[in-house]
Amino acid sequence: MAFNIVVLLKRVPDTESKITLRDNAVVTDGLNFVLDPYAEYGLEKALQLVEQHGGKVTAVLFGPEDAKETIRKALAVGADEAIHIVDPALEGGDAGTTARVLAAALKKIPFDMVWAGKQAVDDDNAQVPVRVAELLDLPHVNSVIEFEPAADGKAARCVREVDGERDVMVTSLPAVFTAQQGLGEVRYPSLKGIMGAKKKPITDWNAAALGIDPAQVGKAGARVEILKLEPPPARPPGKIIPGDAETAAKELARLLHEEAKVI
Amino acid sequence: MSNNILIVAEGRAEGLKKVSFELVNTAQQLAAALGGAVEGVVIGSNVGAWAEALVKAGLAKVYVADDAGLGAFAPESFADALAQVIKLAQPAIVLFGATGWGKEVSARTAAKLDWGLVTDCIAAHVENGALVLTRPIYSGKAIAQVRAKSLPVMVSIRPNIVPPVEANNPAAPIEKVAVTLKEPRAKVVETVVKAKSKVDLGEANIVVSGGRGVKGPEGFAPVQELADTLGGALGASRAAVDAGWIDYTHQVGQTGKTVAPKLYIAAGISGAIQHLAGMSSSKVIVAINKDPDAPIFKIADYGVVGDLFQVLPALNGEIKKLG
Ligand SMILES: Cc1cc2nc3c(=O)[nH]c(=O)nc-3n(C[C@H](O)[C@H](O)[C@H](O)COP(=O)(O)OP(=O)(O)OC[C@H]3O[C@@H](n4cnc5c(N)ncnc54)[C@H](O)[C@@H]3O)c2cc1C
Ligand SMILES: Cc1cc2nc3c(=O)[nH]c(=O)nc-3n(C[C@H](O)[C@H](O)[C@H](O)COP(=O)(O)OP(=O)(O)OC[C@H]3O[C@@H](n4cnc5c(N)ncnc54)[C@H](O)[C@@H]3O)c2cc1C
Repeated sequence: MAFNIVVLLKRVPDTESKITLRDNAVVTDGLNFVLDPYAEYGLEKALQLVEQHGGKVTAVLFGPEDAKETIRKALAVGADEAIHIVDPALEGGDAGTTARVLAAALKKIPFDMVWAGKQAVDDDNAQVPVRVAELLDLPHVNSVIEFEPAADGKAARCVREVDGERDVMVTSLPAVFTAQQGLGEVRYPSLKGIMGAKKKPITDWNAAALGIDPAQVGKAGARVEILKLEPPPARPPGKIIPGDAETAAKELARLLHEEAKVI
Repeated sequence: MSNNILIVAEGRAEGLKKVSFELVNTAQQLAAALGGAVEGVVIGSNVGAWAEALVKAGLAKVYVADDAGLGAFAPESFADALAQVIKLAQPAIVLFGATGWGKEVSARTAAKLDWGLVTDCIAAHVENGALVLTRPIYSGKAIAQVRAKSLPVMVSIRPNIVPPVEANNPAAPIEKVAVTLKEPRAKVVETVVKAKSKVDLGEANIVVSGGRGVKGPEGFAPVQELADTLGGALGASRAAVDAGWIDYTHQVGQTGKTVAPKLYIAAGISGAIQHLAGMSSSKVIVAINKDPDAPIFKIADYGVVGDLFQVLPALNGEIKKLG
């Protein structure tokens, strides 16, 4: 029961990054880019499954040319090969067009499962993988924290965490899964892995290779557009309440009751 | 397509979630600007009680898709049922709560109908006839205004952003929708952990959270006591969760829950950017930390520099005195 697994990986700024805005866009110069952390949990699960059962892990990343560096990180930890969907004509879309692009790519790759992140930590849409599943008419399981394939490799049993509850979900394969924190610790690349990654294939696909109608993707196909990006409103400076624990607690209770009126 | 707004109600065993009534509030404001009516939909199995609660929320109509196939959660079936209701109702905007359930069902339904979807919004308004949504991105480090290029569109709204409407209006008419469902390939077969507290963390009005500063599982006792006194929910930082002191379902932050309560109390939490991502839109923030330079104080409205093991019990006592 070997598995062909595709992992959808997005390139995102590291969560510690300071975000600077200019002309309603994020200034990307000088940002440290990483693999989107939730998708990284999915990648880790894919690697473990292939180590256990055999098969192949293919990383798919849709993003600009300079995202190659980030793709190498996936190869360095153990992905066998990578597809880089790169074409300016595909950029500037929304979650719907992104899903369409990824679904078109998945139609060209044989797979038993697709792993993705529960949400990308930059734009936080939490919709691309679920949309991909629907576009490909596949089942999906969101927010997976435990995963066990069935003995015949044709189904899987997952524990997922949603809205404070944990459910067991079963699904047939192929299916799309999104990873949640808790699925497992991610590995770091070894030196050997980093060197080896240089020899692994990265295939570029553009709109023509995917055979998609340009009117359906990118800016043209997007249903939503960004009007403005602004820094968050500053919170008014707070009050430090002086005194020992008893005094401060008493004053805090009074302020919450009388001034803030929240209790 | 009509100019109507359809809100998708969400419930659990205890009844409809508060966010359902908050959605009505947002929908009413949008409907006034667009000149449409507000309708609601309840989907599930044996959801008569939810429908009864929703009909009094001041809606023009409530669609009910009640089907045995919608008992256990199955994303395909719920998206299928909802898409059938939407085709019938022809709304211009469909509103969901930005809960795990709402995000999942909206994404699958949006793809099915080929609609746009704007997730996790904190405000919605109509500008020159277009719907404009406000949503935090980069874990709250920037705020984006996103415009729907055309209608119809789907939107999910973060819980606790606007007050819920009162459900004390004359009953709206119910339209039962008979949905046709296929056997889903992915479905919930068992719930292993029920939401523990009475108050759902994502929806709680008050959240009291503990971090590494509580020093161990027992250290959550004073945090829990204060949460109980205030009728709030218990939260935690990832450091406390990773240490195994508390269950993951309590984690607040980028990789945990996003909360926007009217009061957030952080005890023994330093205020890392990833924690702030989950709580910085809280209305009032209180920080209790023994380090005066802890970054949490930068966003706190009220801060106490001190030992949480002294401050929390004292605060608990004082709040009890307030009655
Ligand atoms: C400020 C701003 C606001 C935006 N608001 C909206 C909006 O409201 N609605 C909307 O539809 N679009 C919006 N977009 C566009 C949207 O962010 C992009 O189209 C993006 O590709 C999809 O959203 P996400 O990255 O948040 O995906 P999510 O759905 O959060 O991603 C989840 C997972 O999908 C996979 N994935 C996502 N993108 C890729 C990729 N490029 N390559 C490989 N795998 C991927 C990863 O596994 C990832 O973990 C916005 C963009 C910006 C900059
Ligand atoms: C990709 C990514 C995602 C992440 N997601 C999240 C997330 O969702 N949520 C999250 O919380 N973190 C998240 N983190 C981790 C985050 O960076 C911090 O490590 C974490 O928030 C620290 O938790 P803490 O504040 O409890 O611990 P610390 O930073 O160690 O702070 C403990 C604080 O307690 C104070 N203290 C100690 N003893 C006492 C006492 N007796 N009385 C009062 N104060 C005391 C200390 O002064 C200190 O400020 C994420 C990190 C990454 C890289």
